[in-house]
Formats: sequence, C-alpha cells, structure tokens
Amino acid sequence: MAKKSRLHIPRPTARPGDEPDFSYLDLSPAGAVDKPSVGARVRDIENLSSGLVRVLDDEHRAQGPWNPDLDPEKLQVALRWMVLNRVFDERMWQIQRQGRISFYIQALGEEAVSIAAGMALRHGDMCFPSYRNQGLFMYRGVKLVDMMCQCLSNTRDMCKGRQLPIMYHSKKGNVFSISGNLATQYPHAVGWAMASAIKGEDHIAAAWLGDGSTAEADFHHALTFAAVYQAPVILNVVNNQWAISTFQGTAGGERRSFAGRGLGVGIPGIRVDGNDLLAVYAVTVWAADRARRGGGPTLIELVTYRGGAHSTSDDPSKYRPKDEWKAFPLGDPIERLKQHLIVEGRWSEAKHEKLVADLKAEVQAAWKEAQAFGTMTEGPFLDPATMFDDVYADPPERLEFQRQRMLDIEQNGGGL
Amino acid sequence: MAQMNMIEAIRSAMDVMMDRDPNVVVLGEDVGYFGGVFRCTDGLQRKYGEHRVIDAPIAEGGIIGAAIGMGVNGLRPIAEIQFADYIYPGFDQVVSELARLRYRTCGEFFSPVTIRTPCGGGIRGGQTHSQSPEGIFTHVSGIKTVMPSNPYDAKGLLIASIESDDPVIFFEPKRIYNGPFDGDPDKPAVSWNAHPKGDVPEGHYTVALGEAEIVRAGSEITIVTYGTLVHVAKAAAEATGVDAEIVDLRSLSPVDLPAMTASVKKTGRCLIAHEATRFGGFGAELAAIIQKECFYHLEAPIGRVAGWDTPYPHAFEWQYFPGKKRLAAGIRKVMEATA
Repeated sequence: MAKKSRLHIPRPTARPGDEPDFSYLDLSPAGAVDKPSVGARVRDIENLSSGLVRVLDDEHRAQGPWNPDLDPEKLQVALRWMVLNRVFDERMWQIQRQGRISFYIQALGEEAVSIAAGMALRHGDMCFPSYRNQGLFMYRGVKLVDMMCQCLSNTRDMCKGRQLPIMYHSKKGNVFSISGNLATQYPHAVGWAMASAIKGEDHIAAAWLGDGSTAEADFHHALTFAAVYQAPVILNVVNNQWAISTFQGTAGGERRSFAGRGLGVGIPGIRVDGNDLLAVYAVTVWAADRARRGGGPTLIELVTYRGGAHSTSDDPSKYRPKDEWKAFPLGDPIERLKQHLIVEGRWSEAKHEKLVADLKAEVQAAWKEAQAFGTMTEGPFLDPATMFDDVYADPPERLEFQRQRMLDIEQNGGGL
Repeated sequence: MAQMNMIEAIRSAMDVMMDRDPNVVVLGEDVGYFGGVFRCTDGLQRKYGEHRVIDAPIAEGGIIGAAIGMGVNGLRPIAEIQFADYIYPGFDQVVSELARLRYRTCGEFFSPVTIRTPCGGGIRGGQTHSQSPEGIFTHVSGIKTVMPSNPYDAKGLLIASIESDDPVIFFEPKRIYNGPFDGDPDKPAVSWNAHPKGDVPEGHYTVALGEAEIVRAGSEITIVTYGTLVHVAKAAAEATGVDAEIVDLRSLSPVDLPAMTASVKKTGRCLIAHEATRFGGFGAELAAIIQKECFYHLEAPIGRVAGWDTPYPHAFEWQYFPGKKRLAAGIRKVMEATA
C-alpha cells in the first residue's frame, strides 16, 4: 500500500465530466443570521464570518433582520442595472469573438456584487475595483459608449490606447483605475481611507478582489493597515469559486471562509450571499455605516459563482463541469431579483423581456456610436505620438526625443 | 544659514514642507514617536501630530501601497523605507502602480509620493543594509530617482521631490549622513561642519531635479558619479595628481545630459563610478549615453568603477567598496589608455 503523503493538494469537488458538487459550501437559510448593531465588537460578531447572510428565500420572498426593505421601484432600477451589465457583457463578448476587440472579461453571474454596492455607497465614497466590476463604472455614470471606446482603443478611448480592454477608470465617478496586477488596489483603498480620516472627511473607500487574489501579499498588507488604523474602508472578497482554473481551495478557502481572514487581525468578516442583491446591499450599508461612524473596516466575502470563462482567453470546459453554474445553490442574481419582484407583484416576464430588448437596443446604439470613433481596423486612429504623454507630469527630454524619433521612422520608413 | 549634517538637512526639508502644506504626511517604520532609526524624522511627530507622522507596520509593500492611496486622495506622502535593502516587498507597488498611474489614466489619477530610503555601504551593514539598488529604479519609466551627496543638496532636492507631482525615489547614502567620506575607513570620521555644503539655509529652497553639479573643475578626465563616491572621487583625483573634473549627478532620472557631455567633450576621457554592482548598472546607461554623444571627442575607452558583481559581503567590505584605491586605479587606467 502506498504511503499516504503528508502534502495536501487541494482538489475541487468536480472536474470536467463529473457531477457538479457544491456540498463544500456552508449555507444558511434566508433570515437565519442575526443583524448586530453597527457598533458591535468584533469578538461578538465572529459568527457573521461563517454564516451566510441571505435575504431572499427559496420562494423569492425577502426575509429576516437583514431585509433592507427597499422600495420596489428601487429594485426595478437595480434589476435594470444588472441586466444592462449582462447585456453589455454579452455583446462585448460577441464583439471580441468577431475579432473586433482583443480581449474581454464578463461579470456573468456576479452582477449583484457591483450593482448592490453602487446603490449602498455614496457618490463621494471611492471605489477601488477589480476587473469584474464593470457594473460599478456603469452605475457611477460612465457611458456605455465610453467603455466600448476604451475596449476599442480608439480616438475616444479614456486610456488613449495604453491599456488592455476593460481597464477603465473614472475620476468623475470616483472609481479608481483597474490594474492587471491583482490585489494592488487593496492597500490603495486603505491609504485613501486613511487620508479621508486624516483630512476629517466622512467619505469611505471600498475595494474588491477575487478569492484567488486573497493569496497576494497586498491583501494581507491591506488588512493589517486597515485594522491597525481602523481605516474607514470596506474590503470585498468576491468568492466566485474559481481563479482561472484553480478553485477557491487553492487560495486557502478549504478550512475557513475568506470572511474569516478578517478575524485574525480584528476586522469583522461578513459572509454574504453574493447573488442576493438585497443581502449584498444590506451588508454594504451596514459596513459603510460602521466605517463612517469610526468603527473601522469590514471584510465582506460575497459568495457567488463565475458563470462564464475567466476571460475571452480562457476555456473553462478544460477544468470544470460544463453545467456547474446550473447546479450552484445560490442561483443567478438577475433571475432571483426578477422572481422576487414577480412574487411581490411588481414585475412580469413580459416586462422583463421588454427590458432586455430595450437594453440590447441601447447597447447596440452605443456600439454603433463607439465605432464612429474608430475600430481596430478602420479609422480614425489614435495618434501614436500621444503614447509619450503622461509618463511624467514633468517629462525628461529623452521622451520628446524618442517621440520625434518614432514619428520620423513612421513617416520615413527608417530609410527602408 | 545653519550648520547641518545630512540627517538634519533631510529633517529640515520635511519640517519646512509639513509647515507649508498640511497635506504633507510622513509614514514608515519607526518614523513617529522614535523619530526614525537614523533620526531623520526626530521631533516631527511631536510638532505635527500622530495623524501626520505615522508609525507603520513592518510591511514595505503596505507602506508604499497605502501611500499611493493617500496620494490619490490629495495628500503628499513621504514614505520612509528604513533601508533601501528592504524596498523589494514594495517593488510591484512602485513599478506597476506608482510609476504608471498617471500614464494609464491619462493624467486623471496620480500620486505624488516621495519614497525616502537610506542606501549604500561603508557602515558594516552586510548584504541587507548596504545595497545601492538605484539602477533598478532608473530603469522604470514614470518615477524619478535622486541621490544627494551633501546636506545642502539633500534638503533642496528633497523639497523639490516632495513638491514634484511625479513620484520620486530619494536615496540617502547613509555613510555620509554625518560627514563626508573619502573611502578610507581607517581615517577618523569627519563632520559636515568644515564642509561648505554643510551650510544649509533654514527655510525653503529647492535644488532642481535633473541638474548635475561640477564639484571639482578639471581638464584631464571627467569622473561622473553620485552619492558617497563623489567624495571618494575627489580624494582619488587628489591622490593621483590627475586634474579631474567631477560631475555629481544628484538626479539620476532625469539625468543632466548636457553637464556630462560638455565635460567629457572638454576632457576627452571619462570614468564612471558608483557603489552599485557593475553589470547592467546605471553606469552602463551613462557609458552608452556618453559614448554616443561624445564618441569623436573620446581619447580612451570609458572606464567604470563599481561594486563587484557579488552580494555585499560583510567581512570583505573594504575589498568590495569602490574606495580611493579602486577609483585611483580606474583614473590611471583611463589616463594611460592610448589609441
């Protein structure tokens, strides 16, 4: 008999061809987790990091102490934003598949994460997003056409062709620049929040990253600094179960929840149903209140599922069961909010179909507009001379020299 | 004017800027209550409070990352990394974030962080307290890299760095904090009192980033150097009797190309000297620039004296450190070369 290895290699419960198996997920019924006061001591609310805050029950009714009692009109607006996020993603995915943009990342199945937070935070609160938070940019007023132009690297691109598609930023919307290096935004959010406190302002910061990125040093730096200085910041871990091909156990999620990471440094952790817009909204409002009142940071783990490929460069059929999402016990955030509104008598399948059709038309109109500013193959094109701008506020002479050199070679062919 | 050593000059720069601008804050390991392991921030917390002079956890990546976020929110942070040897955990934050934020957002976001960090050898610090990693940072677009060689420049350059909207890595050669060092460890320590650059104005002034200084005029060879080796180069030039012109770069990026090239065109010979390891070092870039700009004026191959390409060895510090003998040998080699 082979000797049992002492080295544990985490393995997901299902790989391609296997039956999906989410038995590893600890679930609580809607309404089962208590809602403490925002001033509660960390040691008294440790249960929040292992339970699962849920508001919508299996019959799509809102339950329990975390029910934020949002007006149905507000929920219809929320539904509209989530559907817009999805419709936009579908179209951009298709556009990438047609070879008209180089790369795309969709938020399929995770739309409630961005939209609920967008609703719960104030405009002056600063968001430090990850690459799957496009919903935040939309919610905070970035036009679809501007997001498309960024993906096209065209003449209206906010990044002037310097960034991979989806790496948006919005100073006006208070949404920070997305980095391709993961978790780097976490300490930025903490520093921003510290500055807000130093200046005596009441704005807070919020940051997002994935379960996989919690392994990065920046995650731990951020938690330490947030805890030490009680920074007014909300640190969100979007646990969508998959970090490209490795499941959440490879990032260390097998024995303890990601929300539990906060407890070791004295930050309350809340584990929430990330596909339940009402629950995400409620815990974000709780954490924002706590931060604004000087109660310090909160770590929120949003339990969700990455409904699609990691990016257009990924093929999940190689590493997980094809129909795994269908078996995910927390379902689809859009479907759940839609059913909730339907059982409340405030929505219908017909209205939903019309909403989807309207938003598809809106996205299509934006796409038409975006292409007028240039595509990858047809002009107008960005002026390559601009690539030397903004490296410095006060640039060294060599950059101007290199700009002239580049233009000379482009124009005169380098003597060839 | 006051007599200041480099520590006092650096502290004075921060004091002047904190007094003028409430958005200037200091964070780093041991910088607050204690005043820094080299005393550079001594008294600043008492004067400006705990919200502006912040003792940080031992996490250089966190210090730099948090400073970036503070800068984005309108503050003007000075982050101290206790030794340049400790900066590597924050390297990703410097290279991928601090240096590129302005570029990737087309100027919408930027963070005017100054990172102060003591560097260099000659203090028996072994391989984790003696490194000169400036060449790693000069290679990064979007940041500026500075290394003063005396108290007057240190204060003026630090104020210019803090006022700059571009991020700056400000290297402080710790061997010359308390006095100039000519590379001979057996000589008694010298203070800055007798040195003209130890006279430092108490108020606000700047030394522009990107401007070198000719610290010794000469006609036979140009020595391009910075930091501690400025003083070693002077001693070596005097010992050899060669009439050397010494260019103290002060800023490595941006670098003062006209000052270097004008001098080399005049002397026709050039020696480049730095403490950092030689292969792929900043001196290689300087040599490339000088040979391109001054090729037809050169009477000999450009020489380089640098730290050997080993980690910094504790017990063999004075064989490793490019001291007076090494620079003198370098000068003679360039002088003796003929076509």
